Amino acid sequence: MLKLRDGIVELYRKVATSLPPDVEEALRNSLALEKEDSPANSSLSVILENVRVARDTARPICQDTGVPVFFVKVPMGLSQLELKETILEATRSATVKVPLRPNAVDSVTELNSGDNTGTGFPVIYFEETRGNTLTIDLMLKGGGSENAGQLYKLPSEELDAGRDMEGVRRCVLDAVQKAQGRACPPYVIGVGVGAAKDQVTRLSKEQLIRKLGDVNKFESLAALESRLTAEINELGIGPQGLGGRNTVMAVKIGANHRHPASYFVDVSVSCWATRRGRLIW
Amino acid sequence: MVGPLRLKTPLSADDVRGLKAGDVVSISGMIVTGRDRVHKYLVENMPQPGELPVDLAGTIIYHCGPVMREKDGVFTAVAAGPTTSIRMEMYEPRFIRGFGIRGIMGKGGMGGHTLQALRENGCVYFNAVGGAAVYLADRIERVIGVWKLEEFGPAEALWILEVKDFPAVVTMDAHGNNIHREIEQRSLGRFRELLGK
Repeated sequence: MLKLRDGIVELYRKVATSLPPDVEEALRNSLALEKEDSPANSSLSVILENVRVARDTARPICQDTGVPVFFVKVPMGLSQLELKETILEATRSATVKVPLRPNAVDSVTELNSGDNTGTGFPVIYFEETRGNTLTIDLMLKGGGSENAGQLYKLPSEELDAGRDMEGVRRCVLDAVQKAQGRACPPYVIGVGVGAAKDQVTRLSKEQLIRKLGDVNKFESLAALESRLTAEINELGIGPQGLGGRNTVMAVKIGANHRHPASYFVDVSVSCWATRRGRLIW
Repeated sequence: MVGPLRLKTPLSADDVRGLKAGDVVSISGMIVTGRDRVHKYLVENMPQPGELPVDLAGTIIYHCGPVMREKDGVFTAVAAGPTTSIRMEMYEPRFIRGFGIRGIMGKGGMGGHTLQALRENGCVYFNAVGGAAVYLADRIERVIGVWKLEEFGPAEALWILEVKDFPAVVTMDAHGNNIHREIEQRSLGRFRELLGK
């Protein structure tokens, strides 16, 4: 597990210091659409320069290196306990080596553990798979954008939102309207629909792992994703919330089966610095 | 294109009353960081000026929890972008009144109570580019000192920084203007149309 640990430390370094190519490309496309001399244009220029310097100097793109969130696909027969221990060791090591900001604070004593590990920290989701490939997806989820997330229970009288995809659409628009520029737009939005509160929050976050250009395999969800991307950009919140045409880079929706009595919609907001990466072992 | 307005701390009340929402500025001089715990501690304990390592009058409080690197007792900023300011809303008016600061810098803007305190006390809100942590860290020339490092940890401590040509936009001024609120009002109009309400 020693080599795997080193691999995960490198994954941390890559994710913290270099933006995925699809996200960087989306930011460049956004810049091209913003008026010269506007706050939107100057913010995006600084952002892209920041991305370049961070990569060239191997420093974290954002000082908030976030909560590390792991989605791990484990081949049958590999111990999840050992994998978890390896991830924790790699996290301690990466905190020093990258460096990552120590973000794990004991909710009761208020003491910072200093090494980004603690109870339920990092967040690790395991899923067993057939075959013999171990796939580790890591996302560094900043606190500011995490705070902008919302959980909805439909129907909602306030939003005039029923238990259908139109209701989902209303929830997503509401979440962005509430977030405004506070979570560093242009955003990537993940949406999870389903039966249980805990399940939809995970599902919405898992959507953020998807490449921005991928097309949802369900046609109606793909259509809703495109429609919401266009509609959110009509809100005019813009990069950094200072006005402009780019509020969101992509919307990604996942839907599970639900209980007849329940219809939960969770919206996860990711900042422009959507930092994710994959290690295949 | 008109270049940014150059500001040098410490700032006077007249300096900041001359600024208006929308001004692009470039800041040099001493500023301090302070986020959730610094605000809570200072507002609850209201230490006398002599009890703090630095005089806060005329300076800017930067909502930032940086990543710092220490070598031989010298700190260097590795990454130092702004954090979300609205979390400090319940403390900020008392902070502005109590410590004579002339600027607040962060991201996302603040609420009505802060806006009122800006007007009453002669202070402005600067929006720094969120997430541009490396670019902004490179505008920190020197880490002058740090306070409460052990107790609050590096992200929450009060760092005393010397910055040069630090870019920001005045988004809330001392005359009651608030760009964040204007944009929210405009987007609310479109939001209602999209919902058919």
